[in-house]
Amino acid sequence: MLEIKGLHAKVEGNEILKGLDLTINPGEVHAIMGPNGAGKSTLSAVLAGRDGYEVTAGEILFEGDNLLEMEVEDRARAGLMLAFQYPVEIPGVKNVYLLKAALNAQRAARGEAEIEAPAFMKLVREKLAQMKMDKSFLHRAVNEGFSGGEKKRNEILQMLVLEPKLAILDEIDSGLDIDALRVVADGVNSLRSEQRGVLMITHYQRLLDYIVPDVIHVLADGRIVKTGDKSLALELEARGYDWLLEADAS
Amino acid sequence: MANEAMEQLVRKEYKQGFYTDIESDTLPPGLDESVIRHISSIKQEPEWMLSWRLEAYRHWLTMTEPHHWAKLKYPSIDYQSVSYYSAPKKPEDAPQSLDEVDPKLLETYEKLGIPLHERAALAGVAVDAVFDSVSVTTTFKDQLAEAGVIFCSISEAIREYPELVRQYLGSVVPQGDNYFAALNSAVFTDGSFVYVPEGVTCPMELSTYFRINQANTGQFERTLIICDKRAQVSYLEGCTAPQRDENQLHAAVVELVALEDAYIKYSTVQNWYPGDEDGKGGIYNFVTKRGDCREDRAKISWTQVETGSALTWKYPSCILRGRDSVGEFYSVAVTNNHQQADTGTKMIHIGENTRSTIISKGISAGHSDQSYRGLVKVAPSARNARNFTQCDSLLLGASCGAHTFPYQEIGNASAQVEHEATTSKIGEDQLFYCMQRGISEEDAVNMIVNGFCKDVFKELPMEFAVEAEALLNVSLEGAVG
Repeated sequence: MLEIKGLHAKVEGNEILKGLDLTINPGEVHAIMGPNGAGKSTLSAVLAGRDGYEVTAGEILFEGDNLLEMEVEDRARAGLMLAFQYPVEIPGVKNVYLLKAALNAQRAARGEAEIEAPAFMKLVREKLAQMKMDKSFLHRAVNEGFSGGEKKRNEILQMLVLEPKLAILDEIDSGLDIDALRVVADGVNSLRSEQRGVLMITHYQRLLDYIVPDVIHVLADGRIVKTGDKSLALELEARGYDWLLEADAS
Repeated sequence: MANEAMEQLVRKEYKQGFYTDIESDTLPPGLDESVIRHISSIKQEPEWMLSWRLEAYRHWLTMTEPHHWAKLKYPSIDYQSVSYYSAPKKPEDAPQSLDEVDPKLLETYEKLGIPLHERAALAGVAVDAVFDSVSVTTTFKDQLAEAGVIFCSISEAIREYPELVRQYLGSVVPQGDNYFAALNSAVFTDGSFVYVPEGVTCPMELSTYFRINQANTGQFERTLIICDKRAQVSYLEGCTAPQRDENQLHAAVVELVALEDAYIKYSTVQNWYPGDEDGKGGIYNFVTKRGDCREDRAKISWTQVETGSALTWKYPSCILRGRDSVGEFYSVAVTNNHQQADTGTKMIHIGENTRSTIISKGISAGHSDQSYRGLVKVAPSARNARNFTQCDSLLLGASCGAHTFPYQEIGNASAQVEHEATTSKIGEDQLFYCMQRGISEEDAVNMIVNGFCKDVFKELPMEFAVEAEALLNVSLEGAVG
């Protein structure tokens, strides 16, 4: 469903991604690990279509369509969703309002009618319970005054409601205590399905104990330098990244 | 010259498809004492009213148009090119049904999402108010009379309730208060009058829709609201004007008087024509609004949503004279394209334990320029006065401006005055976040801006809050992207 070929991207004139290749098939969970500055967050930003990231070479196909030609909102409507590392606060806008607007925008793009209020509330209550979030969350402003853990839970709540085809999780484990990590991981695991792809970007092996990936990639200096199964994570935990970087350089 | 302008005026009227027989009661452009006498005589005013007007006019002649302190750029206005009175000879000449009303106006209401029957009533009322000052009260006059509430046009009040008018008119905004207030005092033609007697809570929201209609015509409405002891009223005003290439002048005065334990809530949704994308045309909006908490525990609350006018000069104020009296100002001002606004409030604390709250939200887009200008004054007599001011600006795009000019004059050391101000660009991060959820850029901007204004919108009467949100979205159409 996602095919990245020879991707090069610049941020403020500096080349960060230098020929990245990656293919994700439906039903697969991929993890991308790597040292700081390797380009992990740049990859998620390029996929979502953030301003300020210039793709200089390569292509990205999402479900066969040229992703790089699509607007941000059209990518989202096509089913690509990013759970942010630092979810932004939007004062005065209720969580429930954002959720409903997003869901209806995506439904409209699929030619479906707006969801009826009772059906929407039933859906949201169910997902809230799953994320062990109180109903009062719905009436708080988007992420305003949320703790780090609450923000991350809120990202996964949105995913459960919007049901993307490809879920991208950018450092979803950062700033979470062990209980929150478990809830977030359970949420993500419930999203696993034959039709859905998941791309997790993380710095730590810890997350992979809770969400077990099918494939692990190591991203270093703008390229994928190693791909393996979950045993690779343990090796990284034991040996760090340096041996890979040296191997790559020689 | 006058004839030519007159002809133009008539041609314009035909083009707009309004009414035909207007000559007899439309004064040619120009201002002198004879014009004022004429207005006064058409209105069948008593002698004292005419003298009051003439006094104001003579004072006005000694004053100069303010151009220095406000952050507004406009050419000197040619007061001789404005017509100061325009009304159909007979009330039946005013539009009788929706079919006869300017389609632009209907379109505006359409966009605002006001229900059809309500809209029909509004359109009728608005046009009436401009042509001959017939007020909105007709429908509810019986109900209001039962409660003892007087709600009528100011002209009618001058004839029917001269003692009340004479006692209070100019008691909050004196004739010579400022240049535009003096002009208004001389030539005001319509507006509303409200009197709520002692102990009465007005049984319904009162509202007036003002509309500038004719070309080359200024609008000078005058509103006077008096709430007697322990009385309460909530009053709404809405304003619209058709699109015209030339700038039109609107100089209004609103006076509020709240006696002991009285509460006046005054809400405005101002949507005068703002000019086109290139800054051509639009209303010059010079307004003096002031409330007087004249006795103990009185409360006056101003809520305004300002999206229209090419130029806005407006500072709704509260004089907190009574002990424990309360003043509030909640404002959302939106400027787009080439609009300019210099707006804010004045809270004058005179009585002990007086409190005031100011919440101002300014949104600038396009090439517009907006200033918040607010004064908090604590007189030596105002022991334990308190003020809280919060003033936030939001910028959309890189070509607009936002400025804050807070003034504080504290004459009593026991005063507590707080001021918070923020200026932010609409967050690229916020927009990106919403759009990454599938929401279009325009909807995302509307969502974020409405969120920014929430603190003020929640102060509006409910029917108006919906209208205000819709209006905001219309005003910012095309502001991003």
